Amino acid sequence: MTSEHPRHLAEALRRRGWLISVWPWRALAYLVSTVPIAGVLAIGLLVVGAPLLAAANALVLHDRPPSVALMLFLAVGSLILLALAPIVSFGVAAIERWRLRLVDSRPLPASPWPGLAARYRSAATWREVAYLFWLGGFVPVAYWVLLLLVLLDLGMVTSPWLVGDAEPVVVWRPIETTGEAIPYAIVAVLLLPVLCYAAGLLAAAQAAVARWALAWPVDATALREVARSRTRLVGAYEAERRRIERDLHDGAQPRLTSLTLQLGLARLDVPEDSPAARPLAVAHDQARGLMVMLRQLVHGIRPQSLTDLGLAGAVRELANAATIPVTVHADLPAELPEIVETTAYFVVSEALGNVARHAEATRAEVRLTTDGGDLVVEVSDDGHGGADPTRGTGLTGLADRVAAADGRLLLASPAGGPTLVRVELPCRR
Amino acid sequence: MPSVTRVVLAEDEVLLREGLVALLTRFDFAVCAAVGSAPELLDAAREHQPDLVLTDIRMPPGRRDDGLRAAVALRAERPHLPVVVLSQYVQTGYAAALLDSGDGQRVGYLLKDRVAEVTEFVDTLRRVASGGTAIDPDVVRQLLHRPRDPLAALSTREREVLALLAEGRSNASIATRLHVSEAAVGKHVGNILLKLDLPPSDDTNRRVLAVLTYLRNDPTG
Repeated sequence: MTSEHPRHLAEALRRRGWLISVWPWRALAYLVSTVPIAGVLAIGLLVVGAPLLAAANALVLHDRPPSVALMLFLAVGSLILLALAPIVSFGVAAIERWRLRLVDSRPLPASPWPGLAARYRSAATWREVAYLFWLGGFVPVAYWVLLLLVLLDLGMVTSPWLVGDAEPVVVWRPIETTGEAIPYAIVAVLLLPVLCYAAGLLAAAQAAVARWALAWPVDATALREVARSRTRLVGAYEAERRRIERDLHDGAQPRLTSLTLQLGLARLDVPEDSPAARPLAVAHDQARGLMVMLRQLVHGIRPQSLTDLGLAGAVRELANAATIPVTVHADLPAELPEIVETTAYFVVSEALGNVARHAEATRAEVRLTTDGGDLVVEVSDDGHGGADPTRGTGLTGLADRVAAADGRLLLASPAGGPTLVRVELPCRR
Repeated sequence: MPSVTRVVLAEDEVLLREGLVALLTRFDFAVCAAVGSAPELLDAAREHQPDLVLTDIRMPPGRRDDGLRAAVALRAERPHLPVVVLSQYVQTGYAAALLDSGDGQRVGYLLKDRVAEVTEFVDTLRRVASGGTAIDPDVVRQLLHRPRDPLAALSTREREVLALLAEGRSNASIATRLHVSEAAVGKHVGNILLKLDLPPSDDTNRRVLAVLTYLRNDPTG
């Protein structure tokens, strides 16, 4: 959709040249076609409200309690109508969605007939019922007001011609002559576009309410399913990382250590002046270098401290290795999902790294708590603040990691500090 | 007291276990048992009453810190039992747990990589077996990096000496490392203990423990 063509009435109203576009006519069509539907609904509403009206009538006008038989009859009638409302509203909503296209070209998701029981159970149904009450109760009142204003304005416009018939035209005081009527007519003509806009606004407001009430929620379960499958995928990926880390730690690393050890033993038996001594020493050095490299590689795949100590212990290790004093408060359940543990660990690691690099802080604090079904990680420092996600990729990378685990990252870092990074990670399996 | 040091060894990876047995045998240690899990380690150590236990940290059944916990349990039963623990990566918490066990000495915490430096590794084992303490240089370095104001008062040379001190070296060994006289080292050590407000001592092990205790404790606590 280009911005050349407004897609709905409220958007069109904000453009210049609204009055000479097709939109006022579309708004008029919408208003006029509303009248029969709103009228029928208004009558229905009167039937529902009848017991109340009867009671009020009896009390106020006749100063006696209303007759029980009449009240009972009316009450039963209104209850039946109320009970039928979800079924009626299904039809009305369908018509209303179709009519909405007069002033709104955006698609509006509708629902198929879900079956009677499901119809009564869904929240969207009762939103439609509420819409019936609004269409039958409030809309007609607004229309009457608008109609009166339009009639008054038209009367003023035509008043110069009408006054000649010896009948004075009454606006808010009698007008006797054409001369008197002309200023009124001029004002009324000037008011015409204002009324057009008022009608447009009314139609737009009505369309907005219809859109809100009649948009059948896009299948939330499907969305949840998609999000869940993404989380599942990330979780599976995380389990895979853990498996690789274990394989390397339990298989490759000890074997490499063993190889290096054998080379070291061999060197003991090879005399310094032997031709084999030099290549053996080189091989030994290379094997040692490889051990260090493999250790770093394994740590990058999944921090081993996390596997061995759990989240709280691993975070304490991180705090121990920091260059400034870091206090850790941990209040955690025994079992956290793997993906949550890993994400939280990297959040703390990255955040403490940022503190060391940028903040010029003298101390930092890490809090690990649970709130409802969420793990909450907070890293704060007393540095000079001013952390900006748009500069540098550290924070955005962190946010991506958190999002993959279905969590949220919040950052408060005013210039002058202090800085607080807060991450919320859902732990629901 | 037999001249030969009797060792119980625990390492779950067979190749490395055999390599370590070969190494120990070559340097005249007697390997009473070489096992592959924490429960087996407990049984073997109780059965053989060795002069030294050498164990990996992450082992079956739990594959977390089972080896370390077995070592700590054994030292609870025999506070003077010398134990050397091998770790795949630096973990100050593990070193601390080990130092807190038993009589607080005769423990070694080493990165597995150190196995490659055959002679140094064997020296460390002997040192621990004869009552010393050995903490991996990487752990010491991490402890030294921790923000402790009094450390700021130390000169660069004093820091170097402190790092070697924490590894459990004697004045003579530190002197060779830094190419200075033993008397100079003695003076540095005296200054360090003074600046860190630690009790002066000539016993290598006591000095190591004093320094490690200082480094491990929170400045506030």
